[in-house]
Amino acid sequence: MRGRRGHHQAHRSGAPAEAAFEQAIEIRSGWTDWTGRYHDKFVGRPVSMHAMRGVSAHSNGFQTCRAIHLLQMLLGSIDCPGGFRYKPPFPKAAPPPAKPAAQVGPMHALHGLPLGFPQSPDDLLLDIDGKPHRIDKAFSWEAPLAVHGLMHMVIHNAWAGDPYPIDTLFFYMANMAWNSAMNAPDAMRMMSDKDESGQYKIPHIIYADAYFSEMVAYADLVFPDTTYLERWDCISLLDRPISDPDGAGDAIRRPVIQPDRDVRPFQDVLLDLGARLKLPGMIDGNGKALYPGGLKDYLVWHERRPGIGMLAGWRGHDEDKQGMGEPNRRQLDRYVENGCFWRGEIPEKARFYRFANRDFFDWAIPRGFLDKPQQIVLQLYSEPLRKFQLAAEGHGTRQPPEHLRDRVRQSFDPLPCWYPPFGAAADNEGYVLHAITQRPMHMYHSWGSQNAWLRQIQARNPLFIARKLGDRLGLADGDWVWIESPHGSVKAEIKLMEGVNLDTVWTWNAIGKRAGAWSLSATAPESAKGFLLNHVISELLPPQPDGHRYANIDPVTGQAAWYDLKVRLRKCMPQEAGETAPKFDPLDPPLPQARGGLAYGAEFRAHRTRAERGRA
Amino acid sequence: MTSLPAHASDRKLGLVIDLDICVGCHACAVNCKEWNTGGHMAPLTDYEAWGDSPAGVWFNRIHAFEAGEGANGRTVHFPKSCLHCAQPACVTVCPTGASFKRAEDGIVLVDEDLCIGCKLCSWACPYGAREFDEDVGVMKKCTLCIDRIYNDKLEEVDRVPACVATCPVGARHFGDLGDPNSEVSKLVAEREGYDLMPELGYKPTNKYLPPRTGRAQAGCTGAPAKPLSEASPDSTGNKLLRWLDRALSR
Repeated sequence: MRGRRGHHQAHRSGAPAEAAFEQAIEIRSGWTDWTGRYHDKFVGRPVSMHAMRGVSAHSNGFQTCRAIHLLQMLLGSIDCPGGFRYKPPFPKAAPPPAKPAAQVGPMHALHGLPLGFPQSPDDLLLDIDGKPHRIDKAFSWEAPLAVHGLMHMVIHNAWAGDPYPIDTLFFYMANMAWNSAMNAPDAMRMMSDKDESGQYKIPHIIYADAYFSEMVAYADLVFPDTTYLERWDCISLLDRPISDPDGAGDAIRRPVIQPDRDVRPFQDVLLDLGARLKLPGMIDGNGKALYPGGLKDYLVWHERRPGIGMLAGWRGHDEDKQGMGEPNRRQLDRYVENGCFWRGEIPEKARFYRFANRDFFDWAIPRGFLDKPQQIVLQLYSEPLRKFQLAAEGHGTRQPPEHLRDRVRQSFDPLPCWYPPFGAAADNEGYVLHAITQRPMHMYHSWGSQNAWLRQIQARNPLFIARKLGDRLGLADGDWVWIESPHGSVKAEIKLMEGVNLDTVWTWNAIGKRAGAWSLSATAPESAKGFLLNHVISELLPPQPDGHRYANIDPVTGQAAWYDLKVRLRKCMPQEAGETAPKFDPLDPPLPQARGGLAYGAEFRAHRTRAERGRA
Repeated sequence: MTSLPAHASDRKLGLVIDLDICVGCHACAVNCKEWNTGGHMAPLTDYEAWGDSPAGVWFNRIHAFEAGEGANGRTVHFPKSCLHCAQPACVTVCPTGASFKRAEDGIVLVDEDLCIGCKLCSWACPYGAREFDEDVGVMKKCTLCIDRIYNDKLEEVDRVPACVATCPVGARHFGDLGDPNSEVSKLVAEREGYDLMPELGYKPTNKYLPPRTGRAQAGCTGAPAKPLSEASPDSTGNKLLRWLDRALSR
């Protein structure tokens, strides 16, 4: 059996699941805990949990995640044999010491990271009147722990001039005119909306993309990007690392072909722009670009703090340092020699109980993953959450505005709690079905969501509903329905299936395209029959009695509450069937329409010998 | 009309595909297309690449369907490519000798210089594994990546079919199914791998491993299926904590 990486056959234990809660797994390995006590084995409770982002994409998602984590703690299944396991650079102190850096005005560098972990209301980014610093209102009372920012609110806020108007929006590879936007129709409208004087409400939009995606048409200035095959890039421990539980890892991409058209790698463009604008950190004392070679230079020479850069492997003068060490001019050569990957293995004695394992501290500290050999306390009760809740209860100098007080008090419970999701529409109006999407797996094998091969795998998406629901609603395969939410409606074809919950309907995301985009024919199935649920999800909740509209987010983290969506289905009239709606004016690509077939590889067909054709 | 090898070796190279763990991600299909459109039978033509009816030549296709009803139902992701049969009617039916089975390893190939595009082989194949290239006018098919598995310019670890090399979950295995002691043969024996439609007598080399049984019991925790009754109505949250408190103090 020759699997590429020595894949092993997975075996089932055959033990019933309840036994796992009664059993322990032991691994013989000596280790020293944070107090200095030596142990000769790791003991674990073999209960492991798996969830993807769907848990957090609700307005009560943060507390649900907390509840799952609390359950893991009480079961004793955190970073132990058989349980949940950390991947480097985690675990970190909770909360991590990095706080979001306040904005300091034009031509000044931030004093820290733009995203971070507030520990009390004092760390929020508010001006003296309590107005948010950031255009997305991250780290304001609307989303105090917005450690990922609120991408989905940026267009709305810029359009509304709330908290302030801006001059230019600059996007990279985020299809905000289509499947990256909550409420795509209004996002499109806001990006082209004008004030009484005829000026755009969002005066300028810059966009970088490698494709003619739906977003390109809304840009005043387009930076044509390269593909991954034509650029330097990295998968860094500072972002979303590729580590595994037994080792830290990162990787680079390197150009394997040169672009044959007028495009530049987006990161090179950013660094070039930064130097031309003479931004601090982008130029040296003489005003010369610090990274004239673009991202390739930045990967090697940029230090976030002394010794810590984008890449963890082969640092230091002797190329022997991991994680932390002086920049090494030959670092990228070493990556290339190693197949573009680096991995630093964790010693066996440091692979479990890493929140309290001195052997792990001894490994992690010189690599810059931890600062101090200090136990990381897993918190049943979260003190930072309580600080925000106290403010809502009237304590301290910095308190939430009245209209947010109750929300903060409820959602910042220091112990995990549950409250009904805000966005779930009232059942009594018939919106009783949960509607969710997932990205097709095959799109993960390609950078773009659209190419000539992927669309042969799938070029249109139905709405999948339970067969029993179909029976109840009189719907059969191939019927068309209106999917209605309190926000809007979209038309889709029905596909019945067994393997879906009776109260849930779902579809594939990002199959539906706008006519004229992606160089597809104007009548391609992606635009004629493919659809997005985004059209019926609002970025705002319905108005309060006083007219105020909350963002459709988790009030703790600002995470977009995509999965709060509830809908009802209405069968289409016969004359309505066959095509999706709403439809938008076809885009008019400033490029020649791609036509005909493809025969990649035909050029390799030189004369072959009979033997090469497989005949002995 | 075309003969099978008179003195075939015992070697039968093929694939073992695990239907228990395939999740239908299409990585194998895409990597197959990627390799083979530059390989032995290049190109794997695409028709109307940007048009209203996108279609093209693929050597490996994944069929997703449901089997069973209700709680017993499951989604099946069924990857299908040429099975390199021991009794391949697609070969014996070929009027020109273009379709042939190799004596040394059992791989079924097409010699495009001899193919007249009559499509008899695709009619003869009960598995629908043949792919006619309308643009070139010849029949194409899975070569078991003959240009990888014997390619000494590749590292040893890479000398497997592209579909096997890329599968992220290890659901595809490659080896000699004519050797009862090979890893793939042992795997087939252990997991009761089976032939597709054996009653037709084509004796396919590729094997499929069935889904494991016992799935229905996998979720049993002993916990009641219904939520525990609501406790005092005074507190707004922390029902989870109350449940845990009860559970842990039993």
